[in-house]
Amino acid sequence: MSNATTMLGRNFKHTLRNPVAVFNAVLFPIVILLMFVYVIGGAFDIGGNYIDYATPGMVVLTICYGLSATALAVNSDMTKGIINRFKVMDISRSAVLSAHVAASMLRSLIAIAAIIGVAYAVGFRPAASFLEWLGAIGLIVLVSFATNWITVALGLAAKTPESAGLISVPLVMLPFLSSAIVPAGTMGAGVRQFAEYQPFTPIIEALRGLLTGEPAGSKVVIAVVWCVGIALVGYVWSLSTFKKRA
Amino acid sequence: MTSSAIAASGLRKAYKGKIVLDGIDLDVAAGTIFSLLGPNGAGKTTTVNVLTTLMKADGGTVRVAGHDVATETKAVRAAIGVTGQFAAVDDLLTGQENLQLMADLKRLRPGESKRVVADLLERFDLTESAQKMAATYSGGMRRKLDLAMTLVGQPRIIFLDEPTTGLDPRSRRTMWDIIRQLVAEGVTIFLTTQYLEEADRLADRIAVLDQGKLVAQGTPAELKRQIPGSHVRLRFADDLELASAVRVLTDSARDAEDDLVLRVPSDGGAKSVRALLAQLDAHSIEVEEFSVHTPDLDDVFLALTGRTRAKVNA
Repeated sequence: MSNATTMLGRNFKHTLRNPVAVFNAVLFPIVILLMFVYVIGGAFDIGGNYIDYATPGMVVLTICYGLSATALAVNSDMTKGIINRFKVMDISRSAVLSAHVAASMLRSLIAIAAIIGVAYAVGFRPAASFLEWLGAIGLIVLVSFATNWITVALGLAAKTPESAGLISVPLVMLPFLSSAIVPAGTMGAGVRQFAEYQPFTPIIEALRGLLTGEPAGSKVVIAVVWCVGIALVGYVWSLSTFKKRA
Repeated sequence: MTSSAIAASGLRKAYKGKIVLDGIDLDVAAGTIFSLLGPNGAGKTTTVNVLTTLMKADGGTVRVAGHDVATETKAVRAAIGVTGQFAAVDDLLTGQENLQLMADLKRLRPGESKRVVADLLERFDLTESAQKMAATYSGGMRRKLDLAMTLVGQPRIIFLDEPTTGLDPRSRRTMWDIIRQLVAEGVTIFLTTQYLEEADRLADRIAVLDQGKLVAQGTPAELKRQIPGSHVRLRFADDLELASAVRVLTDSARDAEDDLVLRVPSDGGAKSVRALLAQLDAHSIEVEEFSVHTPDLDDVFLALTGRTRAKVNA
C-alpha cells in the first residue's frame, strides 16, 4: 500500500467516525434549499421555475458549506503534533494534504447527491442531455477540488482551530453574493458588480446552463479557467505553507 | 559508523533575532540514555527538532546514526523514532488503528504488521482498550500509545521530548521501565526532561541546558560532585530560636529560600546526627523540623545556573 492510499484510508475513517459532520454537511444545504423554494423564493420573479434556477446555486453552496470541516481537519493535524510524526516518517506533503482533499470531496459529493435528490422531489426538472450531465458532474468535481485546495491552504495558514473555522466563512458566504439565489442584475450597485465579477457567478451560471440544457459554452470555459486558477494557487500555497510550519 | 549515535557540534539556531541555541556540542554513545535537562524555554524542544530533521540549524553540524541531518535527511529519518512533547496520536482512530497506520506507513507486510501491532498493544498494556478511540484514553494511555507508535519499525535511536510531563507518578514509573527495557535491547535514547530526578534515575549521561547553552555535561555522579556535600536542614519556630542556634552551631549557614532554616554540613550518618541533636538539646534549643539533605540534581542546577528549583519547575 502506498503512503497516499494509507493516508486516504485514515481520512475516510475520520469521516465515518464523525457522522454528525456528514449529517450537518447534508442537512444544512437542504434546509437552505427548502427555505428559499418555499418561504422566500415565491417573492422572486426570475422568469421560470424557481427550483430550476436555484438548484445549481445550492449545489455550489453545498460544496462551500463543507469546506469549514476541511479547514478544521487540516488545522487540527498541524496543531495536534501528529504532523511532526508524519514528517519524521518521510511521508510526502502531498500525500497528507491530498488525502484531506479527497475525503472532503467525497463528503461533498454525498451531500450533493442528497440535495439533487431533494430538489428533484420538490420539482427540479433538469433538461440536460447525457453529455451535459457529464459536463455538470465534471464541473462539480472540479469546483470541489479547487475550493478544497484553497481551503487546505487556509487551514494550514491558520494558527488555531478556532481561526481555521472562521477562515472558511468568506468561502461559505461568496455563493450568496453571486447569482446563486437571484440574478446579479437585480442587486444594488456595488454588490451587483461584485457578484458579476466574482468566480462563483460564472461557475454557477455554467452549471445552471448545463443542467437546464441551455447553451453555456463560454460560461463553462470561464468557470473552468477560474477553477484551474483557484486550484493552482491553493495547491502551491498549501505546499509552501506546509513546508514552513514545523 | 562510529560508536556515536548522535554527534552535534557548534549547533546554532535563532528565531526572529532571538538566539535559542548558542553553540551546542553533544555526543551520545550508541546504546545509552542521554538526557538533556533544562527549564522551560531553555531550548530543549528546538534541539530535538534540529536533531530529528524537523528544523534546520543556522550553524553547526549534526550526525545522527552516522548520517548528516542536513544532507542525508532520508537516511536519518529511516533510523530514528520521535515522540514529541504532545502525544501525536490520531484521536479519531482506535489504539489498534493508530498502530496499524504506522505499520502501513512503514510498509510492513500484512502478516508482520498484525504481529507487531498485537505485540505492542500487549507490551504497553493497551490490549483491553485497543478497540476504543484514542480520544477516550487517559493522559498516561495516550503517552504509551504515542511511544508504541514510535516503536513500529524498530528505530535504533529514539528521541523522547519530555515523555513524562503531566503524568501521574505511577504512569511515570511505567514510562521509566519501558525506557530502561528499550536500552536493554540496544536502543539509544535521547531524552529531554525538566525533572531532575528523571534524568538522575535514567540517564547514563546528562547535559544541562540553560538559555541555549550547555552549562554542564557528565554522568549524574560527576555532576553531583560539582556541588557542596550533604547537610542537615533545621527549621525553627522563630528568629529568636534560630539566633541562639547560630551561636551554638558555628559552621551553619542560613538557607537562601527560607528565613527560619539553617543548613549544617553533615555526612547524614546516625552518629553525627545524634551528636548534633544532643548539642542543641544541651542548649535547650527547640527544633521544629529536621531533615537530612543529600545532594541531588536540584542542587546541581542551582549551583550551575544560580536559579532555584521553584523556577525550574515553573
